[in-house]
Amino acid sequence: MQMPEPDQGVIDAKADIVTALRAIVPGEGVIVDAEELKAYETDGLTAYRQLPLIVVLPETTQQVSEVLKVCQARGVKVVPRGAGTSLSGGALPLADGIILGLGKFNRVLEIDFDNRCAVVQPGVTNLAITKAVEDQGFYYAPDPSSQIACTIGGNVAENSGGVHCLKYGLTTNNLLGLEMVLMDGTILRLGGKHLDAEGYDLLGIMTGSEGLLGVVTEVTVRLLKKPETARALLLGFPTNEQAGDAVAAIIAAGIIPGGMEMMDKPAIHAAEDFVHAGYPRDVEALLIVELDGPQAEVDYLIGEVSRICEENGAVTSRISENEEERMTFWAGRKAAFPAVGRISPDYYCMDGTIPRAQLPVVLRRMREFSEHYGLRVANVFHAGDGNLHPLILYDANKPGELEKAEDFGADILKLCVEVGGVLTGEHGVGVEKRDLMGAMFNETDLKQQQRVKCAFDPEALLNPGKVFPQLHRCAELGRMHISGGKLPFPDLPRF
Amino acid sequence: MESQKAETLAPETRDQVTEAVAWAVSQEAPLEVAGRGSKRALGRPVQAAHSLDLSRLTGITLYEPEELVLSARAGTPLAEIEAVLEEKRQMLAFEPADLGPLLGGAAGAATLGGVLACNLSGPRRIKAGAARDHFLGLQAVSGRGELFKSGGRVVKNVTGYDLCKLLCGSYGTLAVMTDVTVKVLPRPEKTWTVLVTGLDDATALAAMTRALGSPHEVSGAAHLPAAQAAKSAVTYVTGAGTAVTALRLEGPDPSVEYRCAALRKELADLGATEELHSHNSLAFWQELRDVRPFVGQEGLAVWRISVAPSAGPGVVAAIGEGEAFYDWGGGLIWLALPAVGDAGAGEVRAAVAAAGGGHATLVRAPEALRAAEAVFQPQDAAKAMLSEKVKDGFDPKRVLNPGRMYAGI
Repeated sequence: MQMPEPDQGVIDAKADIVTALRAIVPGEGVIVDAEELKAYETDGLTAYRQLPLIVVLPETTQQVSEVLKVCQARGVKVVPRGAGTSLSGGALPLADGIILGLGKFNRVLEIDFDNRCAVVQPGVTNLAITKAVEDQGFYYAPDPSSQIACTIGGNVAENSGGVHCLKYGLTTNNLLGLEMVLMDGTILRLGGKHLDAEGYDLLGIMTGSEGLLGVVTEVTVRLLKKPETARALLLGFPTNEQAGDAVAAIIAAGIIPGGMEMMDKPAIHAAEDFVHAGYPRDVEALLIVELDGPQAEVDYLIGEVSRICEENGAVTSRISENEEERMTFWAGRKAAFPAVGRISPDYYCMDGTIPRAQLPVVLRRMREFSEHYGLRVANVFHAGDGNLHPLILYDANKPGELEKAEDFGADILKLCVEVGGVLTGEHGVGVEKRDLMGAMFNETDLKQQQRVKCAFDPEALLNPGKVFPQLHRCAELGRMHISGGKLPFPDLPRF
Repeated sequence: MESQKAETLAPETRDQVTEAVAWAVSQEAPLEVAGRGSKRALGRPVQAAHSLDLSRLTGITLYEPEELVLSARAGTPLAEIEAVLEEKRQMLAFEPADLGPLLGGAAGAATLGGVLACNLSGPRRIKAGAARDHFLGLQAVSGRGELFKSGGRVVKNVTGYDLCKLLCGSYGTLAVMTDVTVKVLPRPEKTWTVLVTGLDDATALAAMTRALGSPHEVSGAAHLPAAQAAKSAVTYVTGAGTAVTALRLEGPDPSVEYRCAALRKELADLGATEELHSHNSLAFWQELRDVRPFVGQEGLAVWRISVAPSAGPGVVAAIGEGEAFYDWGGGLIWLALPAVGDAGAGEVRAAVAAAGGGHATLVRAPEALRAAEAVFQPQDAAKAMLSEKVKDGFDPKRVLNPGRMYAGI
């Protein structure tokens, strides 16, 4: 993985920079000790490691602003970090850059039930938001699998999803406001407790920008009332095609389930061996369909979904009769990653999205790739929205196997794009998929995105080396090649 | 300059759009970008040498109902799209408003591109999200005369910056959209509305807050004071002879019936309750969506104000004059004030600021007033500068709808 060439001048000026940072963040908020820095050398994508130059842990927005100003003035690169759970290397440090850790921003500032929103600091975990409001029957909808650890600031940066996206949306659909700091230290407030932007949707462009545009220092999220009830169905199918058809038929019938997850046979077996959720072992595909809402609605829709799945060839069908049983149905799916971790020394989690109808094609091609590379693959799939998580099994201790796994993963993602999908559904581009961006976007597309980056961070100091395969200088991106001059399409009517 | 004559360019293909913008760049001649022009009177008047008319760039290019996705050329009439969706019992869940009549034009003249460019969302905004939340992918020509794409045709996508969000609500000032892809959703089997009658604004807010804080999945929460309720074409609403607070419930039959009964019971202590069923319910929310109470009322300027829901009645009281009604649980205020002077801008802006933030847009006003007053919410210096830099990145020569939103942008 090629990262931007470290700036030796910055590395040499480390002592000066530390002094300047300590003047802003006193005491233990500036970390330089190699042992302590080690805790920050990687994130959820552990294949890549790099010690940062310095770690700074500010406590106030003003400190963040001052730190960024100092870094901007000295040309120091900055990598923002929440809990470091990124699966795409979004928080991978740079040898000549500081890590700006937001861990101390860990307070829930305000809960406003009348306006159905909460104002929190970015270091608050996703789950802690729900915990803070659940006594009143509310919750925060996006629920990435890492929700116990991942922070809301990181969720904003990655536009995180979860298993309930089809019905309740991603992070971007559940945000009302942000306070953020630009690389030059400017503090901005976007949105608030009201809906929609007054000008350009800067909140929208910030969400999912992977820490390249600004540092989030406060987040206002929308709260939802917990549905009256939720019930799940566990359905086994003899083929992936039939499971896919059942999903299409459920949606065509006008039903949007709260969650709709699919697992293939290797994933079913790994999960069942691990948590004994009672999954059938003799099926090729397993669907978990969860319906939530008023009791009357859920009972009615359970019947409809059950009927549709039988018509589409389901050979096993169970309906949760109580909360405990519903949780058991989910237990296997929720533990799918660690379950796969048990059957292989290492696994590599992919995150493409495809148009749902392409699933059988994609799974078939994936089996071919699997034979070609000699590596096993298990699949869990957010079937409702087409987000696929193939888990490639490998052993990092075998020479060359990590590279093989990465090539296999790249082939899968290119396939996703080829069938009309995208490189990443919820994990982000980071460093991991950076060099695959060309499979989805041409040079003009990428340059237009980078011009947005130039508006926010013209010196390209914020999280460089992520998302874009090649960073162009803003001056170069601003140049225009003007041609033409002849009135276009003269043969068309022009009123 | 090749020609001083005002041209109207009406491209039929993506390439022709690119050619037209490149030409405008070479002439340094700004373009007024429009679909069918139904919302031309929304925003600051554009000083453009030529027009770029996208009404011939039409057609649905992809519709897969079971994938919940539709793509179309930007100039495709919204009515055509809604008709096609209706056949499969689907819809654009953000409930795009038809502002044509409010702005003095015909009904049914909107295009999909126009709806997205203005980020127009109706009453269901509070539950289903805004237009921007359903906007999955695009192709567009920047003010640099370059065709680019962003997003895709799938809902879950975090590949690269979400330029759809930036273009949605940019009023054609960043790029000319040529192709757009949106998420579509099933149309609810049943639509009923619980009416609570005779509430003052503050009690109505309490009713809406209670309903939206319930698990009944309310998909519309509006309040019409007596004077506005009296203008409804739905006789149950007019016949109430007093203020009407409306709460919409949508979904499968048994669910809607159950929730309707439950909600009426929960609100009974606040006032008398009534129900609107199918046709009446649909008609009522369509009126509200299209701001029917203020259609035709010449001489009145119309403001659209978005604040925290709990602040709604306070903002209206602080402004102290004009006619108002509420949507979005109190968070969206439609306010009509005499179209004289600054059309109440001073009072409106002050009330929004005092409410802790939000924004007010002068949606309808005579051209001279829109040229003189800020139509969109004025931004603080930092945000204004960032917006200007964003504009620089897309349209450095200011050839696309210059000044439509803010001077210099």
